[in-house]
Order: sequence, then C-alpha cells, then structure tokens
Amino acid sequence: MIDLVTFIPRAVVQGIPLLYGCTGEILTEKSGNLNLGIPGVMYVGAISGVIGSFFYEQSCGGNVNGFLAIAIPMLCCLIGSLLMGLLYCFLTVTLRANQNVTGLAMTTFGVGFGNFFGGSLIKLSGSEVPSIALSATSSYFSKSLPFAGKFGAFGKLFLSYGFLAYLAIIIAIVCSYVMKRTRVGLHLRAVGESPNTADAAGINVIRYKYVSTCLGCMIAGLGGLYYVMDYACGVWSNDAFGDRGWLAIALVIFTIWRPNLGIFSSILFGGLYILYLYIPTGMDHMELKEIYKMIPYVVTLIVLILTSMRNKRENQPPASLGLGYFREER
Amino acid sequence: MAKTENHEPFIHISKRDVLPWYKSMGIRAIAILAALIVCAIVTMVLTGDNPISIYAAIFKGAFGSSRKTWVTLQSMSILLLISLALTPAFKMRFWNIGGEGQVLIGGLAAAACMICLGGKLPNAVLIPIMIVASIAAGAFWAFIPAFLKAKWNTNETLSTLMMNYIGIQIVAYFTVYWEVPKGSGKIGIINQNGNEGWLPQIAGSKYLLAIIVAVIVTIGMYIYLNYSKHGYELSVVGESEQTARYVGIKVPKVIIRTMLLSGAICGLVGLLLVAGINHTITTTITDGQGFTAVMVSWMAKFNPIYMIFASFLIVFLNRGASEISTAFGLNHSFSDILTGIILFFIIGCEFFITYRISFRKKNGKEEKAS
Repeated sequence: MIDLVTFIPRAVVQGIPLLYGCTGEILTEKSGNLNLGIPGVMYVGAISGVIGSFFYEQSCGGNVNGFLAIAIPMLCCLIGSLLMGLLYCFLTVTLRANQNVTGLAMTTFGVGFGNFFGGSLIKLSGSEVPSIALSATSSYFSKSLPFAGKFGAFGKLFLSYGFLAYLAIIIAIVCSYVMKRTRVGLHLRAVGESPNTADAAGINVIRYKYVSTCLGCMIAGLGGLYYVMDYACGVWSNDAFGDRGWLAIALVIFTIWRPNLGIFSSILFGGLYILYLYIPTGMDHMELKEIYKMIPYVVTLIVLILTSMRNKRENQPPASLGLGYFREER
Repeated sequence: MAKTENHEPFIHISKRDVLPWYKSMGIRAIAILAALIVCAIVTMVLTGDNPISIYAAIFKGAFGSSRKTWVTLQSMSILLLISLALTPAFKMRFWNIGGEGQVLIGGLAAAACMICLGGKLPNAVLIPIMIVASIAAGAFWAFIPAFLKAKWNTNETLSTLMMNYIGIQIVAYFTVYWEVPKGSGKIGIINQNGNEGWLPQIAGSKYLLAIIVAVIVTIGMYIYLNYSKHGYELSVVGESEQTARYVGIKVPKVIIRTMLLSGAICGLVGLLLVAGINHTITTTITDGQGFTAVMVSWMAKFNPIYMIFASFLIVFLNRGASEISTAFGLNHSFSDILTGIILFFIIGCEFFITYRISFRKKNGKEEKAS
C-alpha cells in the first residue's frame, strides 16, 4: 500500500503553497474582502521572484551570494504581490468596485502576466540560455537542515523541507494568534462581520481592509515563490502552477476561516492532490485517476454544504464577505 | 491646530442620481480609450514597435481576412452567449461563476450522444436528442448550487467554483475513457467519417450557426429580462430579498428557476462548441470563457445589448494580441495582460458613474468635479 514515509513529505511539499494561499486569503476574507484574485496573485508573486533572481543570476554569473540569492527573489515576490494587493484594494475599497469581478480580472491578468513573462523573459532580456532554470537560487531555497538525514524517518517527515515551508507554518500560527487573541484581530473581525458597527466604534475600516488585503496578497505571493523555487527546483514552466490558487480558496472554506487548522488541512489537501499517483488503478483503467483528482473539490463542496446546513454561528463566513462598505450607504 | 471651520473633509464622495446614458457611456468610452493607450504603451515597451502599427496588427489579427473575421464573430458569439446565460443569475445577485463547468457538462452530454448513438440513429433524430441532453445537463449542473442556495443559503460563489472543477475532472475522466487511440489522452475528432451528430452548416458557412443562435438568445434574453413577469421577479429578488418575500415572491423558486435557465443556455453553448465548432471535447474547450463572461456581463451592466459591445471588445483584443505575440515571437498569454488592463480601467470607471466627487473649496463651499 502507500508508503507513508515517502508519501507524507510529498503531501507536505504540495500543501505548503496551498497553506500560503489559504492563510493569505483568510486574512483577506476576515476583513470582508472576497479576493478571487488569489490565483493571479500567486502567479505574480512567483514570476516576480523568478524575474528578480533571473537577473541576479545573470549579472553575477555563477558565484551566487547565498544571502542575496534568497533576499532578492523574496523582495521581488513581496513587492509584486503587494502591488497586486494595492490594485485590488484601490479598485474595491477606494473605488468601491464589485469584488468578484475585480478578483476575476486580477486572476486573468495575473495568470497572463506570469505565463507571459515566464514564456518571454529570455527573449525580452536577450540572454543566451535555453530555459529559465534557477538551480543556484533554488538550491538555497530548498536547503534543509544539514542533520536532517541523521534522524531517519523522523528527519524525513519533519526536517527535510526548505525554510519557506517552516515560514508558512509560522505565519499561519501567528495569523491565527493575532486574529483570535489580540485587539487588532478583534478589530479586524469586527470589520469583516459588520463594518458599520466597526466604523461607529471608531475603527478605521478602510485602513484595516487595505492592510489585511495587502498582507494577505503578500503571503499568498510567497506561496507562488515556494512553488517555483523549492518544489519546482527553480524551473519555470507555464501553467505548471495550475489550479492551486483556486484550491487555496477552497481550503479557506474547508478550514472554516482558521489559519491554524489550515496547517493540517493544507497538508491533507496536498495529499489528496497527489493521491491519484498512489492509488493503484492498473494500466487499463487510467481514467480512474481523473476521478481521484476530483476528491479535493468534492470534499470542499461537502464541507461548504455541511457548514451552511448546520448553520453554527462560529463556522460561518464573515457576515459582510463580498460586500463593499460605504459609510453613507446603509 | 486646524482652522475651526475645516471640519469638512477635503474630498467628499456622494452618490449621484442616475446619469443620462450618454454621459455614462462617455465615461466608459474615456476609460476604454485610456485603457487602449496604456495597452499600446505596454506593447510598445515590450516589442519596441510604434503604437499605430501595433493597433494595425491588432486589427489585422481580428479582421485581416474573411476567415479571421468569421472566427472573430464566432468566438464573440460564444462569449456573448455565455455572458447572456450568466446574466439572469447575476441580476438576481446570484454570483454564478460556474459558467465554465456548466458549458463543459453540456458539451460532454453532446459528445456522449455523438459517441454512443452516432451511427445508430439518423441525424434528424440524433441532433434533437443532443440538444435536449446538453441543455438538461447544463441545467442540472446549475441546479445543484441553486438548490443548495435556496435550501441552506450555501455561498454560491464558492459552490459554483467547486462545481467547475468537478465538471472539469468529469470531462477529463471521459476523455481518457473514450480516448482515440488508446493512451493518447485525447478524443480527437468525433465521427470524422460520417459526421454523425455534427450540427448542420447554415448557408454553407460553418461559422454562421453560433452567430444566429447568439442573435436569437440576445433578443430573447432582452425581452425576458425587461418585459416578462419572471424577469421582473428576479430583479426584485436581486434588489432586496426581504421585499420579494414581502410581496409574495417565492424566493427559492425564483432562484432555482433562474439558475436552470442560466445552466440551460450554458449547456447549449457546450453543444455549439462540441457539435458545431470543435467536433471534439477537451477540458480546455471553454478556455476560461466562463470566467471572462462574468466580467463581460458585469461590464455591460447586465444589459444584453451592451453585452454585444463588451464581448466584441474582449474578443477583438484577444485575437489582436495573439496576432502580435505571433509576430514578435512572444508568449500567447499577452492577450490576457491586455484584457486585464482593459478590465481594470472599466471596473475603475464605474466609480465615476455611480459617485460624484466634490472637492472642498478654500472658503468651505463645495466645488463639483467630474
């Protein structure tokens, strides 16, 4: 049957981009913004990091400084996804546009942006390499603890990942703590539940919406970066990131808006995402694999239905999710 | 210490009365113009060509030959049809972003009929069966989220989104199940020899059918939304569910009925794509148009007539941009970037149509702007 010691690390590696996307989207949704642009933001985050490290590797030729090799792509990724977040906030919060439409437009734009620069970067920069393969940068990103190998199965299960994987878990725990236990978190939830009330209580609704959405986008962007630099070993291929962005949004529902639950559920989803590789189907029933790929979505749909059926107050989406807030309109 | 009379904020935003149509159209036209200029600048930076020849190339890509013109009109019809399908749901404030899945399932039903019944029944019997099957399949796929919404108030944006991916995987399952030849993962052209189940060509043109269907559905939808009892009911539900309940409209019934219509038209599009245009089915046959249609429908303010222009604009740019990317050896996703830019501008300009911005004057009086 399935060899858990090899399966779980692969599920974790699949789950980390989802965890980033999911944490980012929870943070965004808690402020009442339903950002359907997350798939686009993750693409932009990934390609921004790739562009940054591509030019860095080109300019220094061979001898790559470890610190810069990590700092430059990270910074580019954060800036790229921050810009997307600002664009979304400007359109939906300041210009009060519809959130669904803005989000979908951002996904169209972001995925196009990623694939365009991924496919044309070499031609545009006029360099002489056959494909974007940032192996030097990637080796720094995927470097695991040096003594991970010595602990056998334990080391393989818990210590064999690049630093971004641990960062994802730390971010999720911090988010969860801030949202649940601090005053800022309380204000943030108030903004998402009832912006009118929050405004009346003296909370700056617009600032909360901007900050949480932009932070959410930056976190989601890191998910894209992790995918390219660690999982894909620095090789960009168009559309490889696939529908993981949408899966991250699905995960938000699955975790009923709790980042700490997101850690386990993203690994579970990562496992479900690659489960089809492990279920023996036999050569004459390859079509069944496609059915197994459906599992994450079916599970999400069922969770969505169950939470709405049970109608428990603490498991509901933020009450003003998807609605804009205008002080003078109530 | 600020001056005491300056309690008034510097910028004051208030809701406008409804603008006359020529003014709101004017603002949109300015936004589109501005977007086209930005697109030209972006293209210029990336290709180093001058903007006039860029737009000449875009125009050539869309209308360069009679074949290209027909293809442009055909893809415009498909996008228009999906947008029309989604519109009644949106007017009801039901965010159906499941167009993608509904079209695919409709297409799958058509393909299933072509594969399983092709050759056993004459076309005169087979095609009506296919029409019924695809419409029913699309409607069924829309019924599930509608039922969930009506019964338990399940968030429809998320449930339709999940239904898309479930639909895609079902199509993926059947493409492997029916693959020709075995192991290729593709179905290939269905019934290439006998053309069983292929929709007939109208007046010798294979492009005309989709266009005619689009015209009929546009007119029908315009009448349905504006002059029928159903259309009135669904717009009441969209404006305020409480009011609808108060005046005795059965909200769950309206939701389910409207979504069935939405899904039925999507299923019809699936039929056109599979049996009329591509004669095969793949998971990418809709090419993200289910999502683009959401934006087209919204851009047009849910008005079927404006939708013609909106879908034209998107398809025109799309085909033009792919011409440019071929000419300069760039990636084909270039068109997505241009589409995104246009959409951002149009989304942004709605603000200036709905709201008035007043700046504070120095003596405290308001000055009207834009």
